[in-house]
Amino acid sequence: MLIFEHAHPGRRAHAQAPYNAPAADDLPAELLRQSPPLLPETSELDVVRHYTRLSQKNFSIDTQFYPLGSCTMKYNPRACNTLAMLPQFLARHPLADVETGQGFLVSMYELQEMLKEVTGMAAVSMAPMAGAHGEFAGVAMIRAYHDARGDSARREIICPDAAHGTNPATASMCGYTVREIPTDRQGNVDLEALRAAVGPQTAGLMLTNPSTLGVFEQSIVEIQRIVHAAGGLSYYDGANLNAILGRVRPGDMGFDVIHMNLHKTFSTPHGGGGPGAGPVGVSERLKPFLPIPYVLEDRGFHRWAEEGDCPQSIGRLSTFGGNMGVLLRAWVYARMLGGQGMLRVAEFAALNANYLAAELRKAGFDLAFPERRASHEFIVTLKKLKDATGISAMDFAKRLLDYGFHAPTTYFPMLVPECLLIEPTETESKETLDAFVTAMVKVRDEAQLEPELVKGAPHTLPVRRLDDVKAARELDLTWKPV
Amino acid sequence: MPFIPHTEADIFAMLESIGAPSLDALFDEIPADLNCAGLKGIPAGLSEMAVTRLMHGRAAQDGFYSNFIGAGAYEHHIPAAVWQIVTRGEFYSAYTPYQAEASQGTLQLLYEYQTMMASLTGLDVSNASLYDGASALAEAVLMAVRANKAGVRRVLMPATVHPRYRAVVQSTVKHQGIELVSVAYDPATGATDLAALDALAGTHAAALVIPQPNFFGALEPVDVLTDWAHAHGMLAIAVTNPLSLALLKAPGQWGGGNAAYSSLTPSPSPEERGEPSAPLRGGDVVGADICVGDGQPLGVPLSSGGPYFGFMTARQALVRQMPGRIVGRTVDLDGKPGFALTLQAREQHIRRSKATSNICTNQGLLVTAATIHMSLLGPEGLKNVALASHASTRALLDKLASLSGVERVFNVPFFHETVIRVNTPVPDVLRALRAQGILGGHDLGRDYPELAGCILICATETKTEDDLEQYRQQLERILSRRNGREPGVPPCAYK
Repeated sequence: MLIFEHAHPGRRAHAQAPYNAPAADDLPAELLRQSPPLLPETSELDVVRHYTRLSQKNFSIDTQFYPLGSCTMKYNPRACNTLAMLPQFLARHPLADVETGQGFLVSMYELQEMLKEVTGMAAVSMAPMAGAHGEFAGVAMIRAYHDARGDSARREIICPDAAHGTNPATASMCGYTVREIPTDRQGNVDLEALRAAVGPQTAGLMLTNPSTLGVFEQSIVEIQRIVHAAGGLSYYDGANLNAILGRVRPGDMGFDVIHMNLHKTFSTPHGGGGPGAGPVGVSERLKPFLPIPYVLEDRGFHRWAEEGDCPQSIGRLSTFGGNMGVLLRAWVYARMLGGQGMLRVAEFAALNANYLAAELRKAGFDLAFPERRASHEFIVTLKKLKDATGISAMDFAKRLLDYGFHAPTTYFPMLVPECLLIEPTETESKETLDAFVTAMVKVRDEAQLEPELVKGAPHTLPVRRLDDVKAARELDLTWKPV
Repeated sequence: MPFIPHTEADIFAMLESIGAPSLDALFDEIPADLNCAGLKGIPAGLSEMAVTRLMHGRAAQDGFYSNFIGAGAYEHHIPAAVWQIVTRGEFYSAYTPYQAEASQGTLQLLYEYQTMMASLTGLDVSNASLYDGASALAEAVLMAVRANKAGVRRVLMPATVHPRYRAVVQSTVKHQGIELVSVAYDPATGATDLAALDALAGTHAAALVIPQPNFFGALEPVDVLTDWAHAHGMLAIAVTNPLSLALLKAPGQWGGGNAAYSSLTPSPSPEERGEPSAPLRGGDVVGADICVGDGQPLGVPLSSGGPYFGFMTARQALVRQMPGRIVGRTVDLDGKPGFALTLQAREQHIRRSKATSNICTNQGLLVTAATIHMSLLGPEGLKNVALASHASTRALLDKLASLSGVERVFNVPFFHETVIRVNTPVPDVLRALRAQGILGGHDLGRDYPELAGCILICATETKTEDDLEQYRQQLERILSRRNGREPGVPPCAYK
């Protein structure tokens, strides 16, 4: 039932709105609304019960193991939320003078400095509001750098074919054309293809490491040497930063720019699809182009860098500077972990991924790259199962839901047929991983013995498999009163 | 080890299963010379208790103020139920609803949200949100340019649009060779100067941006502007405060040939200019084509600027040009209604470099708040908040404009923000007010040099008569002192 169907004309949540607001008799009638908007007329209890019940129809980290590859669905500590929502922080207006927000700003500055340390970059701006937004900032800086040197013939961004879709989409938004290069059999970037691709038209390369195939790019230094030698800049897509936290640093490896996904590595909530935060770190030569604002410190006083401070900046990306509440959560997380805790993140993310991969392999599943060490995630391919039983990765994923596990990422990366990209994260226990292996084995057995059961899955959720084709062909995007 | 559950026995057993001698061995594919020497610059970890103490100290240091700043972010009462439900783990710690069957809660909520936003703005379709109001406007500009079949890459951007929105649009669209042409405002009204606009009649542009209320809080002649855009072959992009739409005419109802200003020069139709007309519309058609804005006034706290969410609604014909997630209602295998992400062929994970945008996530959790907030307030409650905010700013303006050294700047109706001019340097006035615990407004001289001396003030429903009176008294005292009079002495005998 929709909230609109709970409504009754004249019902009100009386505590929630001012009474007897005076009429706006000074406003011209032709500028006023003629009929009320379609908002529900309900009591407070109606609303609380409706949305509480809706929440119960979701899988979430707090209720289920959520091994969604490439998304780093680790536990979101409750303290991060509680402390970011202290009333003084919530009440602070973004345009209030910085003198009124030094407690907030020092936290932002500390986070900015910690992210510099984690990435080994020369400077960080936390303005981008999501990973893709960080990518945009990064590629816009690459463009600004070339333009500032009068080197505007560089019109091409190179992306490996395993890249997230946001990489090529970002390059397009920044006015670049995209050249894709293939992946070799070991899951690394094909160096020969890269050498053939670079040239005076190369603005830069966007590289995800560990790649979306779940393996460390072993020739990463050589890849950069090739791109830099051609005059291009190197972009480190930090989507998988959780795998290398405290082990290697993109700055030490010579990268020019990196974006981080704080909603992954720094455990801010995914919120059903946002808000995220996608800070960018840059090398010395890209520093002048950082997006504003970022925090400046002068003898213990903190303020935002603005247009006048950095005339070459790529500019503003948001009205007020970014997803501050998300950044506060990341600060709390980083302070609770400390340097040692961050090292352990990568260690235990790798331990869990490699253990789960080993156990699944022993149970007879095919790993896409069995000869490689898993990073924080790995790929199982169900191609043989599909060929033998007709059960696809999608069917398999839906049946896992019946066993109380959120499905791994399916059909990404597209290079591996019938793939499940599995990322357990460091916050899951051995027992949870073992239970997941048991469920995987069960579903595989069912695929062989009772394929219809798997094809019809899920069976225990609020709805069964949904008709996506109907959803797209017969668009129903808003409710209309009967 | 914070948030890592492994016991020594677990670690031993897991390494044995992997066949690795140590945790370090799990990183043996990383070239050894790349290894960094740890993270020495990160301070040692703190317990939850210690970090709580630290954070409470910083929050207390920042304290509370009586806030009269608006300028794109507005203080409103948020029902307690909103964030209690939003922060339930099932909403808070879920991800984008790729597995629709395991995400019906989020998906249904987004469908309800889309319904509410479409109705509030009077348009057909809504996406599931964008990052914030400014980035939503940037996306709307890109969308209007994509929809322009003649390939026109120019958009008219009035100076009354929020300066930060204009800055964000510029930094977003400049890479694609899109030109933004400014439209001046009338210094008497603070609304878009229709003569200046008419002088741009010959400018081929894909769209006209129409802010309502505009950055000064003033109400624009939206019917005229919408008809003008359509008559000149442009799309009309509305930028609105969603709360105001409980009171003000929905963008989907703007224009339609009823405009009072008929003196504007007619211009050649798209056909006469040799351009295909679809999907452009004539000047007699009702409604803005795209509406965007910041959803913050709908249940999202100020939070130093974010996270907020951008909303976007549009005419049905433009739905395939929209960026961002869209939820549709469909049926399951048993014919039971359910919800799923739809029209994904627009998006980056399918279309890659040809996608409508690189946007991936939306601002789901904030949309969750807004949907619950709008449900709790209902149509009447939301309108009452809008009315009370309007009345509160009116009352504040009356109080302040009665002071010597203060005058009202623009002479058109406003929603819940307006502009005053003071005869003392604004930074000094605002600093002195701050010392009394009052944030007196936004200094307009920063972005509009011709408005040096002007303050944009906003009083929402959260302000009591006493709050307004405090502001008046403090401002009177400050101006009196600055202007060389003793506090408390009336500036003019007849006032």
